[in-house]
Parts: sequence; C-alpha cells; structure tokens
Amino acid sequence: MPTPSAELFSRLKTGDLRAASRLMSRAESHDPATIATLGEIYKSAGRAHIVGLTGVPGSGKSTLVSRLVSEIRKNGRKVGVIAIDPSSPFSGGSILGDRIRMTNLVLDEGVYIRSMATRGSTGGLAKSALTAVDILDTAGFDVIIIETVGVGQDEVEIARASHTTMVVSAPGLGDDVQAIKAGILEIADIHVVSKCDRPDSNRTITDLKTMLAMGINISIKDQSNKPVWQVPVVGTSSETGEGIDKLLATMDKHREAHLTSELGEERLKRIAEYRTFKTAEDLLRNKFFDSTSERISALVEKISKRELDPFTASDELLGNIAF
Amino acid sequence: MSSPIRVLLAKVGLDGHDRGVKVVARTLRDAGMDVIYTGLHRTPLEVVNAAIQEDVDVLGISLLSGAHMTICPKIMDLLKEKDAADTIVVVGGVVPDEDVAFLKEIGVKELLLQDTPPAKIVETLTRLVEERGPR
Amino acid sequence: MTTLNNINAAQLEEQLELWEKEEVSTFLSKQPEREEEFFTLGGFPVKRSYTALDTKDIPIEDIGLPGQYPFTRGPYPTMYRSRYWTMRQIAGFGTGEDTNKRFKYLISQGQTGLSTDFDMPTLMGYDSDNEMSDGEVGREGVAVDTLADMEALFDGIDLEKISVSMTINPTAWILLAMYVALAKRKGYDLNKLSGTIQADILKEYMAQKEYIYPIAPSVRIVRDCITYCADHMKRYNPINISGYHTSEAGSSPLHEIAFTMANAVTYVEEVTKTGMDVDKFAPRLAFFFVCQADFFEEIAKFRAARRVWAKIMKNQFGAKKPESMRLRFHCQTAAASLTKPQYKVNIIRTTVQALAAVLGGAQSLHTNGMDEAFAIPTEEAMKIALRTQQVIADETNVANVIDPMGGSYFLENLTSEYEKKIFEILDEVKQNGGTVKLIEEGWFQKHIADFAYETALRKQSGQKPVIGVNKYVEEDEKVDIETHPYDPTTADRQIARLQNVRATRDNQKLNALLEQLVEVAKDETQNIMPITIELVEAGATMGDIVEKLRTLWGTYRENPVF
Repeated sequence: MPTPSAELFSRLKTGDLRAASRLMSRAESHDPATIATLGEIYKSAGRAHIVGLTGVPGSGKSTLVSRLVSEIRKNGRKVGVIAIDPSSPFSGGSILGDRIRMTNLVLDEGVYIRSMATRGSTGGLAKSALTAVDILDTAGFDVIIIETVGVGQDEVEIARASHTTMVVSAPGLGDDVQAIKAGILEIADIHVVSKCDRPDSNRTITDLKTMLAMGINISIKDQSNKPVWQVPVVGTSSETGEGIDKLLATMDKHREAHLTSELGEERLKRIAEYRTFKTAEDLLRNKFFDSTSERISALVEKISKRELDPFTASDELLGNIAF
Repeated sequence: MSSPIRVLLAKVGLDGHDRGVKVVARTLRDAGMDVIYTGLHRTPLEVVNAAIQEDVDVLGISLLSGAHMTICPKIMDLLKEKDAADTIVVVGGVVPDEDVAFLKEIGVKELLLQDTPPAKIVETLTRLVEERGPR
Repeated sequence: MTTLNNINAAQLEEQLELWEKEEVSTFLSKQPEREEEFFTLGGFPVKRSYTALDTKDIPIEDIGLPGQYPFTRGPYPTMYRSRYWTMRQIAGFGTGEDTNKRFKYLISQGQTGLSTDFDMPTLMGYDSDNEMSDGEVGREGVAVDTLADMEALFDGIDLEKISVSMTINPTAWILLAMYVALAKRKGYDLNKLSGTIQADILKEYMAQKEYIYPIAPSVRIVRDCITYCADHMKRYNPINISGYHTSEAGSSPLHEIAFTMANAVTYVEEVTKTGMDVDKFAPRLAFFFVCQADFFEEIAKFRAARRVWAKIMKNQFGAKKPESMRLRFHCQTAAASLTKPQYKVNIIRTTVQALAAVLGGAQSLHTNGMDEAFAIPTEEAMKIALRTQQVIADETNVANVIDPMGGSYFLENLTSEYEKKIFEILDEVKQNGGTVKLIEEGWFQKHIADFAYETALRKQSGQKPVIGVNKYVEEDEKVDIETHPYDPTTADRQIARLQNVRATRDNQKLNALLEQLVEVAKDETQNIMPITIELVEAGATMGDIVEKLRTLWGTYRENPVF
C-alpha cells in the first residue's frame, strides 16, 4: 500500500529525504489527497533561495553547477539541484545526464540532486519542477538550483521562476554570444561566462558587457528610480575553480538586494502568477485530453477529408467539457 | 498522460565495459522511459543514494566483472536499510547460471544477461513496473 | 595490378555487361539472390563478382612485395616461411603462483610466447586490500601489487628466452618498472628482453575505459615508456596501439583501424616533440587488432592498415628506416562474436577468424576459448584454442605462401577502399582539432556507440544472424559446461603477501622516493621510469605509486556519450 501523502509530508518537515523523493514523484498525481498535500507543502515552503540557471548545450553549466554546489557547501548550507534535460521529441523518453557531472557530490548528505525530463510541451514540467523545489525547501534546503537547457520556451520560463536567474555562456561556441541567439539575454540577473581558462573568454565577456550596455536591463531600478541591481558578467573556470567564489558572493548579494526590496516582492508575485497559470493550464490540458481524445478520433477522418474543419470541430469539443 | 518509467542504470566497481549499458540506455529512451546513468566505477552506496534521490522505478545494475556476488548483496542491503526496498532491481551483463538463484533470493527481480534482445528488456521492465503497481 | 590498356578494358566492360544481361539475369529469374544488396559487416557494399576492372586504378607500387614499402603484403619478406606467428594465449588469474602454473602448462602445450592478463584492481591501480578491490582480487586476471608478485609470476621462466606481453594500460609503466627490476635482479641483459606492454591509454578514453588520470599526464607516461625503451630495451615493444577494444566496444572495422591510427599519430607526435628521432623509436611501435567475423573484410583491413601506417610514417613523419614504417600486429579473435548458447560453436567461429588473421599476416595471435561468454578460460578451452592455431600452421599449408590473397580482384579492391576511407577519417580528425580534443568531445565514442546500437538492433531483428541466439536456436538446450572456478582464498593469500612486503620494507626510504616521484612527475621533461623502478625495488605497492600521483594529477571523469 502506498504511504499516504499526508504522512510523507509530516516526515518531510523533519527533513526526511526518502519522503521528499517519493513526494516529488507524486507531483503529477491526480489524487485529490495528494494534491491537497502538495498545496500544504507550497504553503510551508518559502525559506530557500531559489536560483535558476540556464545555458545552451555546451555552455558547461552542469560542471559549473557542480563547482557552485561545492562552494555553497563550504559554509554548511544545504543545496538542492533540479536538473532538467530535454526529452526525445520522438519517443518522449530521455537520458538525463546532469547527475553524472556531479559524482563527487553524491555522498554528501547536504546535497540533493533530482533529474527531470522536459517531455515536450505536453508534460507538466513547470508544475513538477517547482513542486520539487517546494519539497526541498520544506525539507530544509537553503539553496535550490533549477538547471535547464535554455533552448525552449518552457525551460527559459522555469529558469525565470526563481529569485535569481543566471545565464551561462561559453567562449568558442560560435561568433555571437549564445545568450543573444537563444533570446535569453534579458532574463539574467547574473551573466556567467564559463571556461574562462580559455584565451578567447575575454572576448565573450566584453561582447556580453557591450550587449548589456546597449540593452534595457543594465540596471534594475525601483519605484523611485533608484538602481537596485546592476546585471554583472562574472567569469568562471570550472577547471581551475577561478571565479566560483565570486559567483557565489554575487548570487548572495542579489538575494540580499531583493529580499527586502519592492522589486523582490514584485518578483514573488510574478512567480506566483506564473505557477498558478501553469498549474491551471496543466489541469485544463489534462481534463481536455481525458474527456476529448476518444471524441477526436471519431472526427479525425472527416477533418482529414476536409468534410469538417478544425475550427468547428474544436468549438464542438470545447463546448462539451465539464469543469 | 502517465509519467514515464524512471530507470537508473548503474556500473558498479571497477568494470569498465559500457557497450551494453549504453545500448540499453538508448533502447529505454527510445521506448519512452527516463534513464539516468550513473557513469563508471561507482560504489554501492553512491548507486543507492542516487536511486533514492531520483526515486527510480527500476535500478539496473550492469556487471561483467564477476563481482556480482559481492556487489549485489551490498546494494540490496543498502536499499532495505534506506527504506527503498520497493525499488525493482534487475541485473544485466555476465552472470553464471549457478549464481542466478542466489541473486533472485536476495531480491533481484530479473536477470537480463548478454544477448537479451533490447525489446525484451523494455517488455520486462514495463511488466515489472505494472505488476508492482502504484507507489 | 593487372595492367589493362584501353582496348582490353573496354572488352572486359563489354563482357561484364553481357554476362549481366544473359547468364546472370537468366539465373536471377529462376532464383533471386538472397538479398537486394550485399555488404560487409563494416557496411562496405560488395559486388557479385570482381574483375580486373576493379583493380585497374590501383598503383602497382601500392601492392608491392612482402617486407617492402608500403608493406601491404606483410612486414617481412619471408613471414611464416621463416617463423610462424607467435602463438600467444593470454593467461592470468589468482596470484602470481597460480598464473605461473598456467604459463608453464601453456608452454608445455606448444605456446611460443606469454601473454599476461591482470585483475581489475591491478589494471586500475588499486592495491588488493583497497575497498574498491573487494570481490575482484585475482578474478579476471592475476593480482599484482608489488615486485614480489612479479617474482612469483615468472618463477622458473627464462625471460631472455621467451617474450612476455602484458595487457595493462593506465598502470603499464609500473608493471614495466617491475619487469625491469625483476630482470635486473636475475641478471638479465635488458637489451635481450623481448615483450610488450599494451600501454595504449588513448583508446581507454575512447573504448575500454580503464583510466586513472586525465589525458595529458597519461599520454606523458606513455611517451616516457616509449623513450625509456628506445634508450634501454632494444627488443621491447613499449606499446601495442590497439583497435581490438574499440571493435569490442562496438565500432565498425573501419573505425577500429582509423581510430587506432589517430591515436598512433598522437603518440608519435608526442615522442618526436621530445626531440627523439622518429627512426629511433618507431621500429618498436606495435599494434593490436581484432579479427572479426567477416572473413575477407578482415584480411583487407589488415593489409590496408599496413599500407596506411607505412605512408603515414614516411610522408607525415619522414621516417627513413623501413623498420619504422612496417606495421607489426598482435591479433585476437573477436570475443564479442562468441555466444553462450551452443558454446561449442565458438570453436568454429574462432577457427575461421584465426584463419583470416593468418591470411592477413598477423605476427602474434590469441585465439579465444569456447567458454569466452562464461568466464575466464579453462585449460581445456585454451588447449583447443591453441590446437586451432597449430592445425592452421601445421596441417593446411596456408603459411607457405606469403599474402596468398594478394592479387585477388576483390581483396585488392577492398584493401584500397579501406585505405581511402581510413585517410578520409584521419583528415577529418585533423580538421576538427586532433585526437585528444575529439576524445574530450566524445566524437569517437559517439561513432562507437552508434554502431554498437545498430548492431544490437540488427541482431534483434535477425538481420545479423547469430547461430544459437537468433538462428537455429535450441529452446531447451541444457548448457553443460565446466568453467574456471574462482578460488575464494585468492584475496587472503594475495593480501598476506602484500602486507608482508609493507611490513618488511624501509618505509622512510619509500616515502622519500615517493616525494621524488612527485617532483619528477611535475617536470614534464623528465622520464618517470627510473624513479618508478627505484620505487618498486624499494617495495612500493602499485597503490602507493598511483595514489601519490593522484594527489598531483587528479582523477579522470568521462562525459559519457550514447
């Protein structure tokens, strides 16, 4: 008999990681009791510093995360990592490879790594990932890093649903800074340039700084137009360890700057809106598929023969959904 | 849409043969499962910790070194100790016939040894997870 | 090649066309061919029949003669007519004493060279009492922690009279140091010792995955072995640049050779950087290939490998001595092709593969045991495997003519095709930044994993027939086989000797030497062999040496590619 979610929640509050792990697997459950528990967990969370970290493939972000986690551990803070990797668009399956870059951390009790797949846009990724964050938050983790590959809308948005968003670029991956190519330049609170042991890294740092100077977000100002935060570019090298302590210090500073400011509150509201929207969207999608997939197959033949059009068909299907 | 089956594929000990485990990883991914690979040269404790954090449905241990009689009992004991005995454990690679009974006794659900067709592995894992039911 | 002038080329073309139109199509209408198209195992398309037209563009000097550049037909002018290939069955299990017994048995059965397999802890640099060694001591090979183990291993064997191959990689230099120390103790002349360490670390990152340190220091160690032997051990092959493992990890035959050549080029570059003249060390570079199941493809592959290497050494590295350009290789039949069901059929597979290796001109050969899919081989399995080679040598006469396949339209065509494709891949490696960079990027590994996956799918679908597994399967087969048992007292016996060495050595002297080791390691211009020899003579264990250097160089962690 599966352990009731409420019981797992009680154990979770004492820091029981086995309970944490099982609850994360239930993030997509339709069981009302579980959903209620997940709601309770949401309400009991809110202590941890949530950091979103994104970058294109090859940017070295997994290795960077590994280094960053070690750095955070130095003063005893507990760190959780939600590592999100793309699912195969063909099969929906995935090989999740971030964990393997953090092998030196596997036996550290103060580190928790959970791998997740994106499962295309039909999965409830945001819901699962952010629920996992709540769970680790409630279990007493101090910093929780959500690591995504910044190539899809979902992944970018999830990285933004954090207190501090970091975007990682690497030198030598192309002539332009990948952050621009991927359209994620503006979302960063902190830009990180990895692999700074490489000679061409200076060029990447300069390029980024120039781009930022030309753009909108160089300084985030509050209501009275006082700059609260200036978006920095931090160079790091996972190979030599250079810059990692600076990155952590910058991350902590950002947290400080936001914790008490109006901007910080605005951000929390934005995240709340995003989460609710995604949760509702997921609920809607599931209900739609549950009540509709059979009915669509009955209509598909007519639609493919152009005897019926998709617009009329959709109206019909939507009209019949119960909420 | 139901959640994909989560599988941890582990290489334990000094054995570096990873041809098979990589073929299995791809096969399972192509069958819609989420696969986490531990990488080479892991210890039983590292593997069990990972299995628990990831709350995998299946732990697949790949062994071609003959050290299964030492490694498997260690893993099964650790899983029990850490309240994860409901993890389905399967073993792949090279295991002599005479050791199969012992492994099953200590809780290994299936042995999927050399020359097991990829499709059979998918079918077996799917069946085992279905039989286990919800957790 | 058969020189065709324009007139008879045209004639032959006409004849071919007519044949297709008449004889062939008549037959096809009654009995279609088994497949639409035919391919070698490596994916090269093959024709119905080959003619002089298929070889007319091959420069005759590319084919040449045995023992002459470009050595397509063999590295020596008399080959097996003077001396058969070395029959070198690998052996290794338990402690030094246990393997010593198997060595002596094999020699008594007619084996002509020794080959040593080590246990996983020894291969990976762990002492037998290390936590990581639990369950693995003396299991897959012989356990060697100290010089004392080497003494037991070669007790009663005259190393000046028999060549010894050691299949060892990241810790190869330590085993070589022990071998040298042993030889010195016995008063042997180092320049008379014949043998080899495998020592090819680059292929470990690609395929076999036995590694300790990151790539750069590991390559430096190999470089040091090569230069040390060039200076002190004239008859010793300090490396066996290998394709076997790449093939066994799943690669195609083409990639087996091409990737091996990419590694070989890297090693030669590293050694020449020290200023050593290529002709001083190149003659002792040796190779190790698999002999897989596609009979003619493998022969063509070996011939192409020789031609490619000769051209690389001459054109890229400016070698002058013929010995620097001739490729010599040890060969092993393909373990990955052997099965558990109907295991006796493995004898047949191995026989055919061994024949291809001989027709391909191997210098040394290990034939697998029928029990390959079960455990390390029994005496009986090794004896049959050895007899396989002996039958080929003594009863078939194939060894009496050198490169008998030379001149075959098919073989020469396929050899040249292989050569062409190998050079294309080497170019690609060069264009994309070189071997080491591509290893780090997982380029080689991806190719290997892809072919491995395709092979698995072909086996599953039956497209690749494997008798006993997907064809002629015996559902209710009762597998009755006696396998080599693992002696449960091995670890205790081994650890006892290890502890004894530790207790009776001068630990102060040892620690001082270990500090020196680090200094030498830090200085890339220094050779690591002399200090290592001193260390093993002083009773250092493998673990002492490996761990000390780990503090300096760290541990390699791969980024796996699927």
